[in-house]
Amino acid sequence: MKKMATGNQAAALAVKESNVEVVAAYPITPQTEVVETIASLVETGKMNASYIRVESEHSALAACIGASASGARAFTATSSHGLLYMHEMIHWAAGARLPIVMANINRAIGPAWNIWADHSDSLSQRDTGWMQFYAATVQEVYDTILMSYRLAEKVCLPAMVCLDGFILSHAIQPLDVTPSGDFIPPISLPHALDTKNPMSYGNLTGPNDYFKFRRMIHDAMKRADKECREVEREFAERFGRKYGPVMEYRTDDADTIIVGMGTMAREAEVAVDLLRKEGLKVGSMRVRQFRPFPRLGLEGKKVVALDRDCSYGAGGILAQEIRFHHDVPVYNIIAGIGGQDVRYEVIAELVRKARPEGEFWLGVD
Amino acid sequence: MLDDIPQEEYLLKGNTACAGCGAMLALRYILKAAGQNTIIVNPACCSTVCQGTYPKTAYGVPVLNIAFAAAAAAADGIASARRNKGKNIIVFAGDGGTVDIGIQALSGAIERNANILYICYDNEAYSNTGMQKSGSTPYGAITTTTPTGRKDSKKDIDLIIMAHRPKYMASASAAYPKDLYEKVRKALTIEGTKFIHVLCPCPSGWRYSTEKTVELGRLAVRCGMWFLYEYEDGKVKLNAPTKAALKRPAPLADYVRPQGRFKGVNLERLQKEVDEEMDRIRALAGIENAKEASE
Repeated sequence: MKKMATGNQAAALAVKESNVEVVAAYPITPQTEVVETIASLVETGKMNASYIRVESEHSALAACIGASASGARAFTATSSHGLLYMHEMIHWAAGARLPIVMANINRAIGPAWNIWADHSDSLSQRDTGWMQFYAATVQEVYDTILMSYRLAEKVCLPAMVCLDGFILSHAIQPLDVTPSGDFIPPISLPHALDTKNPMSYGNLTGPNDYFKFRRMIHDAMKRADKECREVEREFAERFGRKYGPVMEYRTDDADTIIVGMGTMAREAEVAVDLLRKEGLKVGSMRVRQFRPFPRLGLEGKKVVALDRDCSYGAGGILAQEIRFHHDVPVYNIIAGIGGQDVRYEVIAELVRKARPEGEFWLGVD
Repeated sequence: MLDDIPQEEYLLKGNTACAGCGAMLALRYILKAAGQNTIIVNPACCSTVCQGTYPKTAYGVPVLNIAFAAAAAAADGIASARRNKGKNIIVFAGDGGTVDIGIQALSGAIERNANILYICYDNEAYSNTGMQKSGSTPYGAITTTTPTGRKDSKKDIDLIIMAHRPKYMASASAAYPKDLYEKVRKALTIEGTKFIHVLCPCPSGWRYSTEKTVELGRLAVRCGMWFLYEYEDGKVKLNAPTKAALKRPAPLADYVRPQGRFKGVNLERLQKEVDEEMDRIRALAGIENAKEASE
């Protein structure tokens, strides 16, 4: 069924379609519409789940951890400071190998107060053991949440589905909400709390076992990269929508590649069209899957990395990831932080002026 | 008197608790009362250590260990999953995890009337980290962060909990296991949030010899440093040992003297606090109870 929906509504509808059993959430702008929509679906009997109105984000994720540890499918949504407030439990969920799925509506972090799009919140959770996906359309938000449940439950890792605050969370686009059918099977967690087979989870562990558990998370993350391709292939067969870890646009003969994430990387595709008209061989890659980080195939290309974030003292985080995984020079454009407007003409102009290497802050440099 | 308490043990031998641990004594009876159909949620506290080291565990029921501030919320998450309907979801948390860092999640859970039993085992300090002051440390007690004795007073978590109007609340003591057992049994028949606050003497932290755990636990009640009561339907009902203690309290010095933590305490000021607390509990229990107590 086709309808018009915002990115936030798409997230909520995907949660309903995924047969989530427990939702626990605390409101924060611009995530609120997700939890409002779910609350409404639950209270009107359209969604068969428990909805826990917790008193904080720390408790929201703790409640999801409790539900998930007992074998139930769980969901939460947050943004910005909410995600940071969850940070301790973010680690806990991954360490406990619980396949919780969360929508994070990307938003800047204070001070100063700023409610607009920014990737600093989710990227600051990079090393916690959560898979991270960045969507760029309303349909993609919906589809990525469905695929995330499949994947998370296969590899026993939590997944964060990220969407840009307001630019995507509040944008209305067409959405196909075709029922998922048996695409997401009933959940079966191998280590669910079981009163008939009592085990202690998360108790004291000596250095050797602890070390092994950490390696297992790393291995699961690598396995997730392969499993995700399988899930995407099956999703495409069933629903006709194809996704990959990276969405390439006009890259075949390109000598310059713009790499970005989220809506700014979609905007870059329009910039590519503009530059192509000028005869420049430019293409773009939109990184959907940030953790585990995919191979991008950038060898021999000139790379322009668009970052809506900064690791202060080191530069754009996406640029660093590219430099770590690929032996290529990267020109790093830091733009869009705190919701700064970055239109395709601006991106095109920055690419025209791009040097082989270096860093450029839009509106500051 | 203990005949109807089941023989089954869910706190197993070989656990890594200190000798004379009041918390493990309490847990043993709590688990006997709750039985097999139980999930325990443990925030950071002594009992995370007492389970022993992976791959072994000293608990005969499943346990979810969770971050310090998260226990009540995690337990609500378990209780909210339909698949767990009919199971006893019990938080077993220390005083620090309850009156200090965990109070927000606990407050939220009671407000939502989460279907959990929250047990705070109170050893009056952060014992797991080597005896630092918690909100529950009494006036005058020496801890490693109050090396000359606490200058202010214990936070009254019971009054805070009562203000939430939970379905059931009780105080208990590891030194009165039958009373504790019955309170847990009763609590588990009630739908909604239940809270039981259990005094658990700690030999290493309170600095007394291990065989005195039960004796000191009883003395705490007899001298009015701890009360045994239940709160139900908005009413406070005092239990027999506390009724007796309010009538004729034992000398406070009997309780304080054997404990190294009270070395150098101003006994007069402590006595004044105890007297005030006794007046408060009389008032909470209603004027009739106060009369009963003085008759």
